[in-house]
Amino acid sequence: MSSSPRVGVVTYPGSQDDRDALWALIALGAEAVTVWHEESDLSDLDAVVLPGGFSYGDHLRCGAIARFSPATGAVREFAAAGGYVLGICNGFQILCEAGLLPGALLRNESLRFVCRDVPLRVERSDLPFTSRCIPGQRLVIPVKHGDGRYVPPPDLDPAQIVLRYLDNPNGSVDAIAGVCNEAGNVMGLMPHPEHAVDPLLGSDHGAFILASLIDAARDRSFATIS
Amino acid sequence: MRATVLVRPKPGILDPQGEAVGSALGHLGFAVKDARVGKVIDLDVEAADPTEAKAKVEKMCEQLLANPLIESYEVEIEQQS
Repeated sequence: MSSSPRVGVVTYPGSQDDRDALWALIALGAEAVTVWHEESDLSDLDAVVLPGGFSYGDHLRCGAIARFSPATGAVREFAAAGGYVLGICNGFQILCEAGLLPGALLRNESLRFVCRDVPLRVERSDLPFTSRCIPGQRLVIPVKHGDGRYVPPPDLDPAQIVLRYLDNPNGSVDAIAGVCNEAGNVMGLMPHPEHAVDPLLGSDHGAFILASLIDAARDRSFATIS
Repeated sequence: MRATVLVRPKPGILDPQGEAVGSALGHLGFAVKDARVGKVIDLDVEAADPTEAKAKVEKMCEQLLANPLIESYEVEIEQQS
């Protein structure tokens, strides 16, 4: 029995950050495996990451087409069964379009692509994605997107806000950088934790998020075995 | 049957693209109070009559062509002569 939880990273046509996500998860102790977009069975995984990129060319709306791929259907079932799902950037957009997370992501207010480190504030640390953080903690994690302006539904429960920008780079409503579903097992964020797990690359604060997910996935894999 | 879908950013949703277009028109000397940018989707739909075509295209809008949180849509069916 291995103590490394199996974390799947979905590769859609046009995904870009799947390899970085795999690398980061492995560096942090997970057994990370690629999930091809045509796969429809995720039952051997302890957690799933939807990576950044431009799935299906961002046609129509970012994430709108990826919603129909077999892997997204499998992610929906995986999440319904309580599995942990983290969507990063385009992965966040896909989860919103699929209805697994509330809200939508629109063109940046500046109309410019932003690519820089941004400071964030952790609003909740009781989630599988933030258990290694403390509330109010400041994390510096890079963003790189043209469509990151988060618009919440009018009835969004403020408790679903997980991360806020301290220096709103895209005009997101209430400076929201990351949200979770009501059950707390699905989260999306625009910043890229997988690009920030080694101080050599400027910041290793992304590890707070990914290592939290790996902890939770490990607990879940033990719970399944016992 | 030809159908045209007009997708617009909902009122209250910030439309920076529209603002940029409005400001550019201002630079050209046109007095524009407000500009909003949406999109047009032209479809050729199989349907027996315009009513059926409209119902089909409205379903397409609900399921894919528009995101109801941020966009409104309007369906026009070309009446055949």
